[in-house]
Amino acid sequence: MSRKLTLGPIPFHWPAETKRDFYARIADEAPVDEVYLGEVICSKRAPFFERAYAAVADRLERGGKRVILSSLSEVMTKRERQMMAGLCEVDDREIEINNNSGLLHVSGRTHRIGPMMNVYNERTLAVLHVRGATHFALPVEMPGHAVARIGQAAAAAGAGLEVQVFGRASLAVSARCYHARAHGRTKDNCQFVCEDDPDGMPLTTLAGEPFLRINGIQTLSQSCVNLLGDLDDVAASGVTHYRLVPQDTDMLAVVGVFRDVLDGRATGAEGAARMDALDIAAPFSNGFWHARPGAHHVRTAR
Amino acid sequence: MIRPELVCPAGTPAGLRTAVEAGADTVYCGFQNATNARNFPGLNFTPQEMERAVGHAHDRGTKVLLALNTFPPAGKFDLWRDAAALGAEMGVDAFIVADIGVADHIAREHPGARLHLSVQAAASSPEAIRYYCREFGVKRVVLPRILTVPEIEALAAEIPCEIETFIFGNHGLMVEGRCSLTNYVTGLSTNMDGVCSPAADVHYDRDTEGTMTTRLRDVTIDRFGCAETAGYPTICKGRYHAPHREDGYYAFEEPVSLNLAKLLPSLMGAGVHAFKIEGRQRSRAYVRKVVGAFRRAVDDVMAGETPALDDLVALTEGRKQTEGAFKTKKWR
Repeated sequence: MSRKLTLGPIPFHWPAETKRDFYARIADEAPVDEVYLGEVICSKRAPFFERAYAAVADRLERGGKRVILSSLSEVMTKRERQMMAGLCEVDDREIEINNNSGLLHVSGRTHRIGPMMNVYNERTLAVLHVRGATHFALPVEMPGHAVARIGQAAAAAGAGLEVQVFGRASLAVSARCYHARAHGRTKDNCQFVCEDDPDGMPLTTLAGEPFLRINGIQTLSQSCVNLLGDLDDVAASGVTHYRLVPQDTDMLAVVGVFRDVLDGRATGAEGAARMDALDIAAPFSNGFWHARPGAHHVRTAR
Repeated sequence: MIRPELVCPAGTPAGLRTAVEAGADTVYCGFQNATNARNFPGLNFTPQEMERAVGHAHDRGTKVLLALNTFPPAGKFDLWRDAAALGAEMGVDAFIVADIGVADHIAREHPGARLHLSVQAAASSPEAIRYYCREFGVKRVVLPRILTVPEIEALAAEIPCEIETFIFGNHGLMVEGRCSLTNYVTGLSTNMDGVCSPAADVHYDRDTEGTMTTRLRDVTIDRFGCAETAGYPTICKGRYHAPHREDGYYAFEEPVSLNLAKLLPSLMGAGVHAFKIEGRQRSRAYVRKVVGAFRRAVDDVMAGETPALDDLVALTEGRKQTEGAFKTKKWR
């Protein structure tokens, strides 16, 4: 079975220059198979990088990567609706739908279903598949036992199946911007304060424990999902695509470790040691996969 | 003006009878399992109770909606399928659904059954709502609590189904049906298990100085001095520290209740077909009081009289209340 390594869309509001440099290095140096591009969190951020996507996508493709364009996850305002409709007209690249409003536009045409879309079971997968969905990124909270069941349905349909194996977990989205709120502002006059936090704004409990990360309207986990020790189980569940979600760390090194373990060039134990050496500023977790609290890290035999 | 349906919570058989007596046009309820989003101990209906409750309500001209508004994880779909079959057999007036697979199943296996789209489906645009109407024949959408009244009015003109809005009760902050905060801390999923902040994981600890700490499992959600009333620890209603804040603050929202009493006439003018009162977990006394008050208010508006809105405002009994996003975009 194919084991494709993918890079999810950047959830954070990194400066345009940072994004450009990031993707240049991914294009030239990172052994990922597929890269998702697009502003998924906030429509207000979109103009900062909109014009750069074509060149970035070309460069990634020249580097041998398949490029998929990701949609917004929240669609409510006129502008957001137009962005979704516009994306759904793209016909020279694959698109990933992250909000159910996109389903109206793409019925009957090939598309991918993103991780914010609540595909939890075989029946939902089948309904979307007959309407043109060829690939499903599952919700980050899906336990491994359910992934294995849906994996059979995806394989029977010949559809791609994707699971997040690295990066902070997206735990919630809202109509309200919590970054703006922390600074006494509203979404309309946010002044893009989220740009100051390339890895999200940390929320710490009153007991002093780091707990969550705020990224505009999105709430992320403090812990960093890491399924490196579970990759054999993930593969056995019928997963074809392994998603790394970018964060403010050495993503090239992360890509390298996952590539080597997936391809059998490094053992899980070697990979784990290399991940520990990266000194990522977050504890690792794999609780969701093991049907435990998402923040937990379950030690697995390697 | 459309005469709006008053849709009221029925957490138990006794609660259902209370809501019917107090003037509910419609009640909504669920079975005692993960198929509905209020899967709490001591709440909801056995199949026998549901059957009797449907009979009781129908005898009095009250409709019954069955909430099947969670997301079946792969391998467990049968539980939702069986619940739908039971509901159809009992003659419930509509199913409230969120999952695409569940919607498709009922549309195909129980043709003629009426489908309402749950707030858990997070359909917040005309395109999203039209998709569910076109593919599964959805007849009514329960709108997310994030739209202003003018936005609801504009939306009504763009969709081919009825609109139901929440007007009173607990006020969810996150996009409903897209929140895994509880699962991150407890291992139980709001979407798959129907629980948010499960009681079994809730702790109240008072220290020697009288400070009350509320926790969800091992995570501190808030702290209260002796004079404060401790709120139920829900992650999105907690206080936290952030780098730019000197003190702990409500990072998501103050703990407030939604109360749209004052907006009732404008919501009716905007083309809303049904008003929903939250609170299947609340007491019968609460249900009697809230349902009765909104019954009178809706009837007054329909009769061209000015409703006694102050009574409704007083219902929150000193608790802070909000008109949330309905009043102004500044909420966002």
